[in-house]
Amino acid sequence: MNLQVAVLAGGLSPERDVSLRSGRRVAEALRESAPDWEVTEWDVDGRLLGCLAEHRPDAVIPLLHGAAGEDGALRDVLASLELPFVGSSARSARLAFDKPIAKALVDGAEMRTPAALALPQSTFRELGAAEVLQAVADHLGLPVVVKPTRGGSALGTSIVRYQDEFPGAMVSSFAYADVALIERFVDGTELAVCVLDEGDGPTMLPPVEIVPPNGLYDYHARYTAGTTEFFIPARLADHVLAAAADLALRVHTVLGLRDWSRTDLIVDHAGTPWFLEVNVAPGMTETSLFPQSLTAAGHSVGKAMRRLVEQAVRRAAG
Amino acid sequence: MSGTRLDPWVDSYAQRAHGMSASAIRALFAVAARPEVVSLAGGMPYVQALAGDAFADTVHRMLQARGPQALQYGSGQGDVGLREQIIEVMREVGISAHSDDVVVTTGSQMALDLVTRVFCDPGDVVLVEAPSYVGALGVFHSYQCQVVHVPMDDEGLVPTALQEAITAVRQRGQRPKLIYTIPSFHNPAGVTQGARRRADLLAVALRERIALLEDDPYGLLGFDGTVPQAIRADDPEGVIYLGSFSKTIASGLRVGWALAPHGVREKLVLAAESAVLCPSNYAQLTVSEYLATQPWREQIKTFRELYRERRDALLESMTTMMPAGTRWTTPAGGFYSWITLPEGLDATAMLPRAVAALVAYVPGSGFYVDGQGREHLRLSYCYPTPDRIREGVRRLAGVVEQELELVRTFGPGNPAAQPEGRSVPGPDAQ
Repeated sequence: MNLQVAVLAGGLSPERDVSLRSGRRVAEALRESAPDWEVTEWDVDGRLLGCLAEHRPDAVIPLLHGAAGEDGALRDVLASLELPFVGSSARSARLAFDKPIAKALVDGAEMRTPAALALPQSTFRELGAAEVLQAVADHLGLPVVVKPTRGGSALGTSIVRYQDEFPGAMVSSFAYADVALIERFVDGTELAVCVLDEGDGPTMLPPVEIVPPNGLYDYHARYTAGTTEFFIPARLADHVLAAAADLALRVHTVLGLRDWSRTDLIVDHAGTPWFLEVNVAPGMTETSLFPQSLTAAGHSVGKAMRRLVEQAVRRAAG
Repeated sequence: MSGTRLDPWVDSYAQRAHGMSASAIRALFAVAARPEVVSLAGGMPYVQALAGDAFADTVHRMLQARGPQALQYGSGQGDVGLREQIIEVMREVGISAHSDDVVVTTGSQMALDLVTRVFCDPGDVVLVEAPSYVGALGVFHSYQCQVVHVPMDDEGLVPTALQEAITAVRQRGQRPKLIYTIPSFHNPAGVTQGARRRADLLAVALRERIALLEDDPYGLLGFDGTVPQAIRADDPEGVIYLGSFSKTIASGLRVGWALAPHGVREKLVLAAESAVLCPSNYAQLTVSEYLATQPWREQIKTFRELYRERRDALLESMTTMMPAGTRWTTPAGGFYSWITLPEGLDATAMLPRAVAALVAYVPGSGFYVDGQGREHLRLSYCYPTPDRIREGVRRLAGVVEQELELVRTFGPGNPAAQPEGRSVPGPDAQ
């Protein structure tokens, strides 16, 4: 099969830089594993639809991070153009990208996720910030994690251990989204479980244990090589890893995800995995988790992406 | 059991590499490069104002006449003909000097690097303005200097404050080695030292026997056409002068220079040879040909008028649109205005919201090494057209209003944690 593939990366989200690096890495890996294919990298701007209409690639790999890339909008557009694409449908992406909705669905399927509240800025304005924050602290207890309900790379994310840290954390979160998720902090081992489905059903890749330098896997810790320590396989008992894998696979299924996903979770000191969030366009940079997990499983990024592209083309052909 | 940190050299890096890391704020500048965004962040000269055809002819002529020389290694000190022309350029700022004391460098940034390399051991103190040029702070950091910020007022660096800072440094048993100043159309503060102020600062430097490093990339870009006389004009021994063609011709050529007392100059040449062997002959001969054949003074006048129009657009639109409590400096030349936000606002925390609103600036904290500056931001008017500047200010004013709403909700003095890594843009936006 000689295919034309368009890798979409960049966009206008705060994760543009990460997305561009993910896109470049995937495109290069694909060119290496499929030298006969024509792989192009396109930014997402006002020229994109014209380019897609003119060139009609055989498949598209949306690697935009953050809104537009992961909130389903771009996938809806691709579907309306009847262009095959790698990854989850618009509907599933929309469910996964909105953290409170994803948590509600996961909770409804009787998986554990930390108790949380999603509050817009207007709630604090109308009811009084101090009063609302006190009520939140009374309800959830401290510490909590404050993060934007939409977005990735831990941008705008803080851990609040003391009440007086709350306002700063809220301001930081509201810089990235109008609604903040305030989630009970679960102490334990941070884990990423990647799921790959090449047509035989979703399978788990080796879980990655993440040990950031100061306890918070923030932007600096994610994208500065040498900062965070990763363990593959994770240093957890087999039955705990099996439970984590089961959770990631169930999340993938419950949300109706397709092709690939990365579930972020915490395993508490009792060995119970807690769902935090799931990504439908996982980062693919040099320091990202999905490529590490693929490599540990004996896959190459290029070959895995090639199979996902071929699958997307077959899927579209019915 | 040890894991992987994805960088096998992580334990081998020098101490000076600390801080060279990813930053969420720096990543936002990737968005600022998109055309939808009005970037008031970048300090990029508007090189489109150069006569493109004439410049192409200049390069063509240079290659025809001196091609083999342009493509060959050259002197570590720089082309002698260009150095003589630089002497002529420096006469514009009142400097009389000899071409033997000029060292041509890859932009004045390299001159800054060489001077620091020659003067500073780890732990030595460099006194700088508060705030100061990001690129200089980066150089001082990379040589493990301790940077001490000295207050400024409407006329720039305050001599009494400088004296007090030097005394305090010496009392702590530390060695002050350099006083770094941008006297004309300061980056980022936009202010200019008057003649009396310059004389007072020079007197402090001479009395304390500390080399004064005068960085003057904007000196010829005064909007009323008057050119402030360089501090170096009054003292050839105590001042090291840095000049640049980046703002008067084109930044992509990367040609700057240092004018230094002969003892310093000898060391700068040797340091330059060990760093880069020699500056680019191609770029030097291009500049030389341009200066010899093109009306460069007229071109500078064109730049001045263009930047004055853009400065006016910025100041007028800020007067009309920025929320009460916002203050700014009124630059008489150069590229920048320094903004003080209404009380309680944090320019670093506000940047993601600004970028989402398609306007970009540089947060003030990037111009300090000690966490100051969060209530400030720098706006550049050099690159966007006046209409785009007005649109950018309109967007920024809306963002400030939203941020004020947050402060009203959560109260002032709630800064988010300072992100790690450099929170300033790369060279195309400094």
